[in-house]
Amino acid sequence: MDFNFTEEQTMVRDGLTRLVRESYDFETRRGVIESDSGWRPELWAQIAEMGLLGMPFSEEDGGFGGGAIDSLVVMEEFGRGLVVEPYVPTVVCAGGFFKHAGSAEQKEEHIGGIVDGSRVYAFAYAEPRGRYDLADLETTAKKDGDGYVLNGHKAVVIAAPWASHLIVTARTSGERRDHDGISVFVVDKNADGVVTRDYPTVDGRRASDVYFENVSVGADALIGEEGKALPLIELVVDEATAAQCAEACGAMKCAQEMTVEYSRQRKQFGTPIGKFQVLQHRMVDMFVEYEQSVSMAYLATLKLGESEVERKSAVSAAKVRIGQAAHHVGQEAIQIHGGMGMTDELAIGHYFKRLTIFDAEFGNVDHHMKRHIALASG
Amino acid sequence: MNLDFSTEETAFRNEVRTFIEENYPKNVSADGLRDDLSPEDMVAWHKVLGEKGWSVPAWPAEYGGTDWTPTQRYIWSEENARINAIMPLPFGASMVGPVIYTFGNEAQKEQHLPGIRSGDVWWCQGYSEPGAGSDLASLKTTAVRDGDHYVINGQKTWTTLAQHADWGFFLCRTDPDAAKPQEGISFILVDMKSPGIEVRPIKLIDGGYEVNETWLTDVRVPVENLVGEENRGWTYAKFLLAHERSGIAGVARSKRAVEQLREIADKELLDGKPLMQDFDFARKVSQLDIDLAALEITELRTLAGEEAGRGPGPESSILKIKGTEIQQRLTELTLEAVGHYGTPYYRDLSDAGSNEYPIGPDYAQHAAASFFNMRKTSIYGGSNEIQRNIISKMILGL
Ligand SMILES: Cc1cc2nc3c(=O)[nH]c(=O)nc-3n(C[C@H](O)[C@H](O)[C@H](O)COP(=O)(O)OP(=O)(O)OC[C@H]3O[C@@H](n4cnc5c(N)ncnc54)[C@H](O)[C@@H]3O)c2cc1C
Ligand SMILES: Cc1cc2nc3c(=O)[nH]c(=O)nc-3n(C[C@H](O)[C@H](O)[C@H](O)COP(=O)(O)OP(=O)(O)OC[C@H]3O[C@@H](n4cnc5c(N)ncnc54)[C@H](O)[C@@H]3O)c2cc1C
Repeated sequence: MDFNFTEEQTMVRDGLTRLVRESYDFETRRGVIESDSGWRPELWAQIAEMGLLGMPFSEEDGGFGGGAIDSLVVMEEFGRGLVVEPYVPTVVCAGGFFKHAGSAEQKEEHIGGIVDGSRVYAFAYAEPRGRYDLADLETTAKKDGDGYVLNGHKAVVIAAPWASHLIVTARTSGERRDHDGISVFVVDKNADGVVTRDYPTVDGRRASDVYFENVSVGADALIGEEGKALPLIELVVDEATAAQCAEACGAMKCAQEMTVEYSRQRKQFGTPIGKFQVLQHRMVDMFVEYEQSVSMAYLATLKLGESEVERKSAVSAAKVRIGQAAHHVGQEAIQIHGGMGMTDELAIGHYFKRLTIFDAEFGNVDHHMKRHIALASG
Repeated sequence: MNLDFSTEETAFRNEVRTFIEENYPKNVSADGLRDDLSPEDMVAWHKVLGEKGWSVPAWPAEYGGTDWTPTQRYIWSEENARINAIMPLPFGASMVGPVIYTFGNEAQKEQHLPGIRSGDVWWCQGYSEPGAGSDLASLKTTAVRDGDHYVINGQKTWTTLAQHADWGFFLCRTDPDAAKPQEGISFILVDMKSPGIEVRPIKLIDGGYEVNETWLTDVRVPVENLVGEENRGWTYAKFLLAHERSGIAGVARSKRAVEQLREIADKELLDGKPLMQDFDFARKVSQLDIDLAALEITELRTLAGEEAGRGPGPESSILKIKGTEIQQRLTELTLEAVGHYGTPYYRDLSDAGSNEYPIGPDYAQHAAASFFNMRKTSIYGGSNEIQRNIISKMILGL
């Protein structure tokens, strides 16, 4: 058993801590999320230069030979800074599909573009009526000559306004919610018939509702095997979920530390409010929730390479536990800040919002509890 | 003991229901966010009620109250909640009004009560300061006597809707040397148009602007605006806080919100079936029903006590704690129900639902903002920690 990070991972963490501290202080972030574009392509380029976008890819795929633990390190630090740049959609999701199932040409083109930062991807999987079921798809891809024609509507596609390409799940055969008949495509966002409705999100990111109106793609747009993509999608979403769990841990850590610090500074009744035992115990519970969450993020990440059942069970357990903790820590942080916690001006409210929305990504507590029960009962 | 309404009470319910149906301003929808409403919309129903004589039912009849029993007032609030009516703002009708008719002089009653009843005068509450929140008695804003004026200096904060206010009631320190901080405070009415008052908006986490910083610099206020006696303001403030708490349970409104939550969960799908049919979700909604039932009967017991002549005591802290926890849980479950469409920030996307390419269902659009906003309820009006301290001290004797 070994819970230590490698020397490279520690270096990456230190580099990111510095980057977040120097280029992602709260006021800078506010300026960025309120700007027209809502992100910083130049920072993305800098992150690419640091080699971070290539870490989880093998050397033969053009990466630096790391894996999911590297993504955990990156996302924990991103969580601390509430970094909005699209590491999970681009590197973990799109990168994951190409890594696991891309053809040699696809790997060269797309992983190359991810690693050098020239391409940004968003993952269009959720649908307005599908909730968190990855197979509940109304988007269709119909065979048309060598290629396909896509039609459908994807909901709340994070980072889509910044993306050059979309990874799209669609039904090539079968009925809604059938496990067979699902395929994955990579689509140029500028393709004819792709309509995006862009908007900010409550947690400071950007997203789009994406409509596909008779979008024609070639045979080379298909990733992996036609109609057999659900296990692949589940694997990639589990990897993304684990990374997102790490992000939540980073954000929770900051929220917890900020609250303790605030309770030291804020005086009422002639004493720092941190001297009130009711608040002390509540902050202790926040800390315990955070520690439990870190353990679960490790568990999920370390099980990603295990059997399907073990992997899913661990990821769902983590998403349940961290989802609960994220709600708890976020809400307590606001309460202990009092009125100040309600203001847009303080960072704490922004951590609270990110921690709230975390639950709805890649399946909420109830969704993962159900999956965990189903796996446990065989 | 029984829970039935009497024949008279049922007749009363029918009467007010009909009145509401016929007179509620058609263009004032309360289903959105409060701060989407114009100031005129916010007082529209108040004005109608003012004319009817129903805007301040809890006041004694001689000051324009309705002489309804507490149970009738409860029915009244339930019937209004049924349509999510925008009720008279509390600052005039349930806060300063009762202070003025209880402790004010005849001139003050004559000057202020009619405008509060009619809804023509908008009031705000100037209690909290940056350094004085839960510890309100530590407030520093001073009022210094200068001839027949007070000169007020200081900073108030969290002043709700002060941007629209005509008048404010302020707690100011008039005796800095008093033996206890509570003893040197006065309750002063201030015309918000007085020179030296500056109201600066505060943006909240949901993106709205419902509170303000209120800066007072050499604001001259005639001494006639002192309510009651100088340095006795704390007594009046505490009287008012008890009034503020008794309305805060919001049972009727929460019941209506549970219904709305069920309607949303009937439309949302899980595995192709309504979310409301999902056991895990249904269980959480029923838990709310159950908690609300407990709160409702507790409130009715409190009301019965009032009917028997006991004022709202420390028990009203129970109503504040449970009422706000339920309101928060409701918005949390509503956000959960709408799934992915809780994530977009709709505030600047007024056409989100109506466009050719809509962003989510209409009912999703306020879910996140409401959830974020409702965190305030366990902080203001005496935080829930302070309420627990009150119960612990006043009831448990600890
Ligand atoms: C089954 C059992 C086995 C035990 N085995 C051992 C043993 O092997 N060796 C041994 O030495 N002792 C043992 N103990 C004793 C145990 O350590 C004491 O019960 C414990 O320290 C609590 O002391 P107390 O029972 O006097 O409760 P008290 O100290 O009187 O506490 C009463 C309550 O007040 C709370 N409380 C006390 N102080 C504070 C504070 N500062 N802040 C907040 N809350 C507070 C406590 O948490 C508790 O809820 C055992 C007890 C039990 C029940
Ligand atoms: C949206 C909103 C609207 C408001 N509107 C108005 C208004 O119109 N007029 C007005 O005057 N005020 C208003 N307030 C202010 C409100 O009354 C204060 O926020 C409240 O009294 C808490 O004070 P604080 O924010 O300074 O928090 P603090 O008092 O600093 O409290 C911070 C935390 O410490 C806890 N705490 C404090 N003391 C104790 C203790 N002794 N034991 C245990 N825990 C403790 C609190 O419960 C809280 O969790 C409003 C506030 C909000 C958020």
